[in-house]
Amino acid sequence: MVATIALPDESLTWRLSRDLDAEFADVVSSFEAAVYTTALRMSGRADDAEDLAAETFLRAYAALRQYDPARIVELQLRPWLITICLNAWRNQVRTAARRPARDTRTFVPEPAATGESPEEAAERNDEADQLAGWLQRLADKQRTAIVLRHVVGLPYAEVALVLRCPEGTAKSHVSRGLTQLRALMSHDPEVLR
Amino acid sequence: MTMSPDLLLDQLRGLAATPPSPLAERLYTSVVGVEGPSSVGALLIAFTDQGISYVQPGADADQFADEVRDRFGRPIRVVKRPPGGVIEALRSGRARQLDYDLRGLTEFEQAVLRKTLEIPRGETRPYGWVAAEIGKGRAVRAVGTALGHNPVPFLIPCHRVVRSDGTEGHYGFGTAMKRDLLTAEQVNLDEIHDLAARGVLYLGSDTTNIVCYPSCHQARRISPDHRVGFRSVAAAVAAGYRPCGHCRPTALAASA
Repeated sequence: MVATIALPDESLTWRLSRDLDAEFADVVSSFEAAVYTTALRMSGRADDAEDLAAETFLRAYAALRQYDPARIVELQLRPWLITICLNAWRNQVRTAARRPARDTRTFVPEPAATGESPEEAAERNDEADQLAGWLQRLADKQRTAIVLRHVVGLPYAEVALVLRCPEGTAKSHVSRGLTQLRALMSHDPEVLR
Repeated sequence: MTMSPDLLLDQLRGLAATPPSPLAERLYTSVVGVEGPSSVGALLIAFTDQGISYVQPGADADQFADEVRDRFGRPIRVVKRPPGGVIEALRSGRARQLDYDLRGLTEFEQAVLRKTLEIPRGETRPYGWVAAEIGKGRAVRAVGTALGHNPVPFLIPCHRVVRSDGTEGHYGFGTAMKRDLLTAEQVNLDEIHDLAARGVLYLGSDTTNIVCYPSCHQARRISPDHRVGFRSVAAAVAAGYRPCGHCRPTALAASA
């Protein structure tokens, strides 16, 4: 018996190239967490993040309709989708800058229950909120690199694709970002409780 | 709070999240074929998670899917069942409670369509009534254009909006179909035409002193002996009548 190695991404693009509408649902369910997490941690707003993620997939769908099958088969869907998401987000920031400010509260959804007590959950959420807040204060490049590598969990090769830079540069964005993040955290008065 | 590098990385990983509900539901448009009103026949319906977005007569779901895809830029799936209540709404002519997805239309167009949904089966209103009711009394022509582009015909009953002289007026699927739809809903078009020919656009009752559009169900209850015709609401008011609260010929009078 020959063991087969599953290549979900590859076979998905192949299926997608054959029947875009039928297979697109699989693209969405496979990558919605990665896209939503990117949207949430870059925008810092849960209500925006859902719209941004939906817009990302609609933009992707529009692009896929124009691509010929050979091009679709070659796509690396995850970094491609995340690139679209970041473009959509930057677009939104530019548009928002031209409009009157609206409510800027940050909403962070509660992660799924894990059998922890309400107190533990609240504490963890507080910590998550704080960390998300500190992330917002990083420079764009570093924040993007950290979100992609350590929150979304992309391998460096994909981080580099999204950032359009060599892997080494992506690594240094991440490491400088982490240093910056630790510095921010140790100077934040809230940390000194 | 001091943090080891590993703890920080663990906490960053903890910031990953999943959308509150599966995104595919928000993205896809479903298309389905159903049996429409008898004067129309087969009907194709497109709907999203927000509601019904597009309706056309016909039975070719694949061709319809192509049209819907081009129109909305969303992936399509062909399904077997329409949203709940659609079949009943098509049968009864009461489609006001259904959900509609009118995103992509202007605020004005949406207001025109929402107002048109309020016109009951078996009754008609002039274009000017719709304009006045949404506070755009002068935009009668624009109302006609918005109704001409109604993406959800039959369910949003643009066929119930007629010319102020009582004649049917334009319809995207032909005046004959408009006439058939209204006749099937028991609108007495012959009578409305006869009245209009005699200069009667409103009917009052000399027992209640209320004046209505002739198709209003209140007007249809007036016995022939007590029916009084008027050319305008102003003339009726001058004669001591007050406008019906149901069909509201008031707004039109105010804007005229």
